[in-house]
Amino acid sequence: MTDTTDLPVTPRGGVDPVPGEWRRVSPRYIWVDLVGSIISGLAATAAATIPFWVTQFVVLLTIPAVVLIIALIVAAFTPRRVRAIGYRLRDDDLVVRRGIMFQRFAAVPYGRMQLVDINRGPLARALGLAELKLVTAAAASNITIPGLPMADAEQLRDRLVELAESRRAGL
Amino acid sequence: MTGSDVVAGASAVDLADGEWHRLHPATPLLRGGFAFVAIAGFVLANLRERILGLFLGGGPGDGAGGDPIELIVRRGLIPLALVVVLLVLIVIVVIFWLSWRVHSFRITDELVEVRSGILFRTNRRGRLDRIQGINISRPLFARLFGAARLDINVAGHDANVQLAYLSGRNAEALRRLILLRAAGDREAGGTAAPQVEHDGSLGGMVTQRAREFVAPELDPQLAPPESVVTMHAGRLLGSTVLHDRTIIFVLLVIAAAVLAAAAHLFVVLFGVVPALLGVGSQIVRRFSRSLRYSIAATPDGVRVGYGLLSTNNDTIPPGRIHSVEIRQPLLWRPADWWEVRINVASHSDRQEGGRRSSTILPVGSRAEVFKVLELVLPGIVGDGSRELVVAGLARAVAGDGYTGSPRRAAVLRWFSWRRNGFALEPEAVLLRRGAIWRSLIAVPTARMQSVSLRQGPLLRMLRLADVHVHTVAGPIRAVLDDLDAAVAAGFFRDVAVGAVAAARRESVAHVANRARWQGMSRSHD
Repeated sequence: MTDTTDLPVTPRGGVDPVPGEWRRVSPRYIWVDLVGSIISGLAATAAATIPFWVTQFVVLLTIPAVVLIIALIVAAFTPRRVRAIGYRLRDDDLVVRRGIMFQRFAAVPYGRMQLVDINRGPLARALGLAELKLVTAAAASNITIPGLPMADAEQLRDRLVELAESRRAGL
Repeated sequence: MTGSDVVAGASAVDLADGEWHRLHPATPLLRGGFAFVAIAGFVLANLRERILGLFLGGGPGDGAGGDPIELIVRRGLIPLALVVVLLVLIVIVVIFWLSWRVHSFRITDELVEVRSGILFRTNRRGRLDRIQGINISRPLFARLFGAARLDINVAGHDANVQLAYLSGRNAEALRRLILLRAAGDREAGGTAAPQVEHDGSLGGMVTQRAREFVAPELDPQLAPPESVVTMHAGRLLGSTVLHDRTIIFVLLVIAAAVLAAAAHLFVVLFGVVPALLGVGSQIVRRFSRSLRYSIAATPDGVRVGYGLLSTNNDTIPPGRIHSVEIRQPLLWRPADWWEVRINVASHSDRQEGGRRSSTILPVGSRAEVFKVLELVLPGIVGDGSRELVVAGLARAVAGDGYTGSPRRAAVLRWFSWRRNGFALEPEAVLLRRGAIWRSLIAVPTARMQSVSLRQGPLLRMLRLADVHVHTVAGPIRAVLDDLDAAVAAGFFRDVAVGAVAAARRESVAHVANRARWQGMSRSHD
């Protein structure tokens, strides 16, 4: 697939329950994520100006300022955040990791996958990327792998469906 | 297509023979017809004056010109109006009849399938081995017709297969049969499903209907076995009074009264009254539902009965329970009472009528909790892990089998950091939580969907992490917060491995069972 390397080192005090090599998503996904976070950042900033418009207190303009700064920081970290997305097909389950500040690791046994969806947003489609979504019987699972090149996504989906078929257990 | 291939069903065994069958003849009336009856009633009520006037000879006054009926009468269009009404009636009856004709179902060895609809045909099939439970409900109107509704809950979102309506006596037997096939490890045909005598004559039908109505427990042969827990009215009353919800209710009442009296803020009452009504009705409902509570093991699964006026019986096949929580409202502790809730894979609880409760034991002593646990988690709460469960309900003691949070977690969990912990058994994950509101969550490893580990910046500073065991949607969230980061990582790994191992063990057993059962049913044919 795209790239197979060790991810940037786990931060101090952080965890890595399954150390080893992770597959990374396409670097092009940075643009998708960046545009997404810029749009939502601007929307949040605009929304944060409402108290000012209502009351006309200039002090309240600090709220959108703070929101804007946070949005900029979030946007600035996009490349690192995208590099931190990783997945690995182990013998019996798929492990996915995301996030640097807020880390999340999830493991789904192949036999528990009910469906594998491929979603493509407009920008991702322009860049030839797709998002893989794994559906289990639990809504909380919520496992997605964004930023896969289309061919890789289809290949991975077929592989996962095949693995799920072979390990399927009664629910 | 729904012509000659639809066999007129008689007994439950016949109904499950894989052929297409029709539902109870009153079905269209029961499903949608009451709206029509209500409209007719409304129209009649509005015409009352006119009809009265007709019989009493007096005219209904001069009548405003806008009244369409007035218009019809004045222009002498009564015959035409009657013809129109008659035509509408005929069309409705034909539609009812057609919708009954095309609404059919079949139950084969592997699936249950329902097809319906005149213009927009729908076809829904559920696989029997994915059935999460079957619920029989008997609304009052349906009871008048001797009909019952069968809700077959299949795993997945909005995946119910509804057989509405069946004749009441068949419903119970059919449920039994479907569950037997769903369990897949017993011979289905040989069970003594009762035959319903059809004696054809109207008198016979009426007496049978009356008998069914008086004896709602359907069939003596299928009467539920002895409940393992008996609900004492006194304990139910006590637990209701001491429940957190009641305490909140009382506090709300006091707060509202004080506010209203002291500050003359009667406006407050407008906000508080709806909330009070909501909480109050919840309390009353819990009480009245639980009065006739029963739980028993049947060959088809755990059977939970509820309800005083409209009865509800739920049968959950073995192995369909995805997690169990034993919890204790604060004031129940002196009495050592506990409540048991479950997560089951089905979204039927939001359906009207067939409300499934997630509470499987409203209140019980410790001994009763264990009886219930043996039913809902067979093979998991065995001799070995019994001690673990006992420890899970008690204060944390060193060496009680649970791996807890480190002392530094006390920053976030002031009281519960000692109790906050997990124990990993081959068959289940046990999560012990809460010091003030104690709870113990058991997730069978074979049912677990996935597992995740989370850590935010604050937890990273404290070298802690959260572990979330994902189960199907329900009231229970199997989350254990603020574990030591390294311990959490190990727990995450072990749970992931345990889930795969349990699924493998189970699928081997399942395949073996299915093969055996299929062989048997074939030899039976």
